[in-house]
Amino acid sequence: MAAIDNSWATKGGLGWIATTFWVLLAVGPLAGFFTQDPSFEYYMFMGQSMLINTIAILGLNLLIGFNGQISLGHSAFFAIGAYTTAILMNFAGWPYYATIPVAAIICFGAGFLFGFPALKLEGHYLALATFTLAIAVPQLLKYKAIAGWTGGVGGLILDKPDAPEFTRLGTDQYLYYLCLILAMLSFWIVRNMLRGRSGRAMMAIRDHAMAAGTMGIDTAKYKTLTFGVSAGITGVGGALSAITVAYVAPDSFTLQLAVSFLVGLVVGGIASLPGCLVGGAFIVLIQNSSQSISDWMKVTFSLRYDVPAWAIYGILLILLMYFMPRGIMGGIETLWLKLTHRKETQA
Amino acid sequence: MAAILDVKGLSAWYGPIRALYDLDLTIEQGGVTALLGANGAGKTTTLRAICNMTRRAGTTTFDGKDISKFTTEDIVRLGIGQVPEGRGTFTGLSVDENLRLAFHIRKDRAEAMRDMDLVFELFPRLKERIKQQAGTLSGGEQQMLAVGRALMLAPRLMLLDEPSFGLAPLIVQEIFRILKRINVEKKVSMLIVEQNAALALELADHVYLLETGRVVTQGPSELVKNDETLRKAYLGY
Amino acid sequence: MEFFIQQLVAGLTSGAIYACVALGLVMIFVSTDHINFAQGEMAMFATYLAWAMIDVGFSYWMAFVCAVLLAFVGGLFIQRVILKPLETAPVLSLVVCFIALLSFFNALAGMLWSFTIKPFPTPFPPKDIFGNGLVSAQQLGIVAVTVIMLGILTVFFRYTTLGLAMRAAAQNASSARLMGVRVSWMLALGWGLAAAIGAVAGMLVAPIVFLDPNMMTGILVYGFAGALVGGIGNPMGAVAGGFIVGVLENLVGSYLIGNELKLSFALAMVVGVLLLKPAGIFGQVIVRRV
Repeated sequence: MAAIDNSWATKGGLGWIATTFWVLLAVGPLAGFFTQDPSFEYYMFMGQSMLINTIAILGLNLLIGFNGQISLGHSAFFAIGAYTTAILMNFAGWPYYATIPVAAIICFGAGFLFGFPALKLEGHYLALATFTLAIAVPQLLKYKAIAGWTGGVGGLILDKPDAPEFTRLGTDQYLYYLCLILAMLSFWIVRNMLRGRSGRAMMAIRDHAMAAGTMGIDTAKYKTLTFGVSAGITGVGGALSAITVAYVAPDSFTLQLAVSFLVGLVVGGIASLPGCLVGGAFIVLIQNSSQSISDWMKVTFSLRYDVPAWAIYGILLILLMYFMPRGIMGGIETLWLKLTHRKETQA
Repeated sequence: MAAILDVKGLSAWYGPIRALYDLDLTIEQGGVTALLGANGAGKTTTLRAICNMTRRAGTTTFDGKDISKFTTEDIVRLGIGQVPEGRGTFTGLSVDENLRLAFHIRKDRAEAMRDMDLVFELFPRLKERIKQQAGTLSGGEQQMLAVGRALMLAPRLMLLDEPSFGLAPLIVQEIFRILKRINVEKKVSMLIVEQNAALALELADHVYLLETGRVVTQGPSELVKNDETLRKAYLGY
Repeated sequence: MEFFIQQLVAGLTSGAIYACVALGLVMIFVSTDHINFAQGEMAMFATYLAWAMIDVGFSYWMAFVCAVLLAFVGGLFIQRVILKPLETAPVLSLVVCFIALLSFFNALAGMLWSFTIKPFPTPFPPKDIFGNGLVSAQQLGIVAVTVIMLGILTVFFRYTTLGLAMRAAAQNASSARLMGVRVSWMLALGWGLAAAIGAVAGMLVAPIVFLDPNMMTGILVYGFAGALVGGIGNPMGAVAGGFIVGVLENLVGSYLIGNELKLSFALAMVVGVLLLKPAGIFGQVIVRRV
C-alpha cells in the first residue's frame, strides 16, 4: 500500500470541525426535553446504533487503515463483546456498566491471540482466514455444548437498564449518552495511540513491513497488539449493542455484519478517524432508509423490483474504489492536505 | 539499405524518474547495432521503451509503420522479438512449451514447426532437455532458450538484452556465433545491449554509446574500435 | 461398515462440489494472485439463471449449457469492466471489490427471485446403483461431472496453445507479453472459466441444498479449504483437496464432532493449512537452479 500522509490524523487537522461535530452529537438528544415527537425514541435508538457502529468501525480502521492488516471477521469480536456482556448480565447478574470493561478485555485477548496466526498471513490470505471466521461464527454460537451459556439458536434476552434517577434522562437518551461517552473514550485512546511511538510503528509496518523490521521495530509485537486493541474496541461496540438492543442471537453476527463494518470503513475513509463517524452514520442511515431509497429508485428508474440495501452497498463500494480509494473522508483529507501543502510551498 | 527501425526523440520514465532523454536511433535492414554504455546509462530502458513496456514519449517507426502507440503484444506480433533482461524464462513450463508458446501467434503452423527444428539445430542442448522444466536449466541453457523463444516469433528485428550476462566465456562465444548465424542466414536485424563491449563490437556493424540516458556518440563499429580515447573513456578497455 | 461407506460416498459427493468451487478459485488465483470471495455468489447467480430458463420451458441440459455460457461471458465481463481498472490497486481495494461483488450478486438474486428457497431439478434418475443403498445415481453423476470437467480443463491447459498462453501469462506476465500473449485477455479468460466452473458447481449442489441466495456461503468455505489443502496454485491439487475436504468433513462430522461444528472444522483447516503448509500438500515447488 502506498504511504498515506497521516499528519491529519495525528496532528488533528480540521480539528474544529470534529469538535463541532462532537458538540452537536452531545447536544442533539437534549431536544428530547422540548419535543413531543413520538419518533424521538426511535431517533435516539438510531443514534445509539450509529455510535455503536462508529466504535466498531474505529476498531476495524485501527487495524486496516493504520496497520494494513485486512480483517473481514470483525463481526466475531463484536459477537464476543456482545455475548460477554449478555452472559455476565444474564447469569452472573452483573450490572451492565461493569460488563463493558470485561468485554473489552476479553476481546482484546481474543484479538491478540488471533493476531499471532495473522502474523504469518498477508493481504489476501489474512482476508481469507478472517472471512472464514466470520462465516463460522454464527454456527459456533449455536453449538449445543455451550448453548447453556449462549442460549443457542434463540439467544439471550436481557433487561434494558434504566437511567439513574439523578440524570432525569429517558432510557434511550441515557443509553445514547453511554454510547457517546464510550465512543469519545475510544477515539481518545486511538488518537493518543496514533500520535505516539506505537502509532508511528504501526504505520511504518503498514507502509513498509520489511523496512520497519530492519529499523528495529518489533513488527510481531505491534501487529498482535494492534489486533488486540482493534478487537477490544470493536468488542466494546458489541457490548453496547447487547445492552441497547437488550438481546443477542447468533444470526445477528453474520458475515453481513462484518461486511457492513467494512462498508462503513471504506465509505467513511480508510485511515481517517473522523471517517469512522461518517461511516457509522452512513450504514445506519442506509439500513433505515433502504425502503425509501428503494421506492425512490423504483420510481426514478422505473424498476419492477425492490432494490435491496446490499445491492446499493455493492455498487457504491466499487464506485468508491474507482474514484475515491480512501473513502469520502479519506478523499477530503487528501484534498485538504494538497491544498494546505500548496499554501506552505507558496509561502 | 533502408532502416528497419527508426526511433525519434525517445524518452522514458520509471515512475517519476526519467531514464532516457530524446534518444534518436536507427537500425539498418539486416544490420546489427550495438548499444553500449555503463550501468544505468539507459540501455535496457531503450529496449523496454521500444516495446512500450514503460512510460515513454517519442516516435518509433518499424518498417515504415508508426508503432509508438502499439501495445507490447502488438509490437511483438509485428515482428520484433525481444530477449529480455534476466532471460524471462517460464520456469514452470517445459522447454518444449516455452518454445511452442509462439504457436498461438503464428498462423503458418508448418513454417513454425520448421522454425522449431531450426532452434533445435542451432541449440542441440535444448533438444536434449526438451521435456525438462525450464527452471531446471543452467543459465547458459536458459539464455539459449530465450534466444530460441524470440526466434520462434519469426522476428525481423531482435532486441537482445545482455545475452552474455553471467555466463561462462565458452558459452558466450557459442551464443554469439549462433547470433551471427541467425543474422546472416535468417536475415534478422539486431539491436544488442552489452556490457561486454569487445564482444559486441565483433558482432555489430554499428554502435551507439549511451551515457545517463543520452547518446554520446554513434557510428560504424570500426570507428569506435579504432578510437582509443573513446574506448578508454566509455568502454574501459 | 455400511454406515462408513455411506459417509465416504457422501463425502466424495460433496467433495466433488468443493473441488469445482476450489477449481474456480484456482483459475483466478494462478493468473492474478487474487482470492475471489465472490466465487460462491457468482455460482449461485448462474444457478438462478438456469432455474429461470427451466422455468420458462428450457430442457435441463439446454439450461445447463446456457447457464455455463452466460456465466463464462459474465466472468469475462466482470474482469474486463470492473477489475481491469484496478489492476495496480492495493490488495485492500481488490478485497473490497470482491466483497462488493458478493453483496451485489446476493442482493440481486434476492431482488429478482426472492429469498425463499426453491427446488432445483436434478438430471440424474432416482436410482440406486448397486441395489444396496450405498451409491445413488445422483452421487455417481456429481462425481462423474466433476471428473469430466477436470479432464476437459486438463486437455485444454496441456494440449492447446491458448491454454499454454494462459499458463505462460500466469507465470510471467511481462515475458508472456514479449511472446505476443495478450495477458490482460488471458486474465479475463481465467475469470470466464472460473465463473463457468462455478456455475457447474452451483447446478450440481442446488438439487441437494435447494436454491436460495445464500446457498453457496458455507460451500465456498469448504471450497477455500479444498483449494488450500491441495495448493491454491495448482488445479489438480485443488480438485484432490476438494475431495479430501469432503471426505474428512463427513467422517469427522459423523464420528468426532457432530454436524454442527463442520464449518468450524473448515475454518480450522483453512487457518491450519495457511499456517503450517501454505503451499498445500500438492503445492507445486518449482525447482530453480541459479
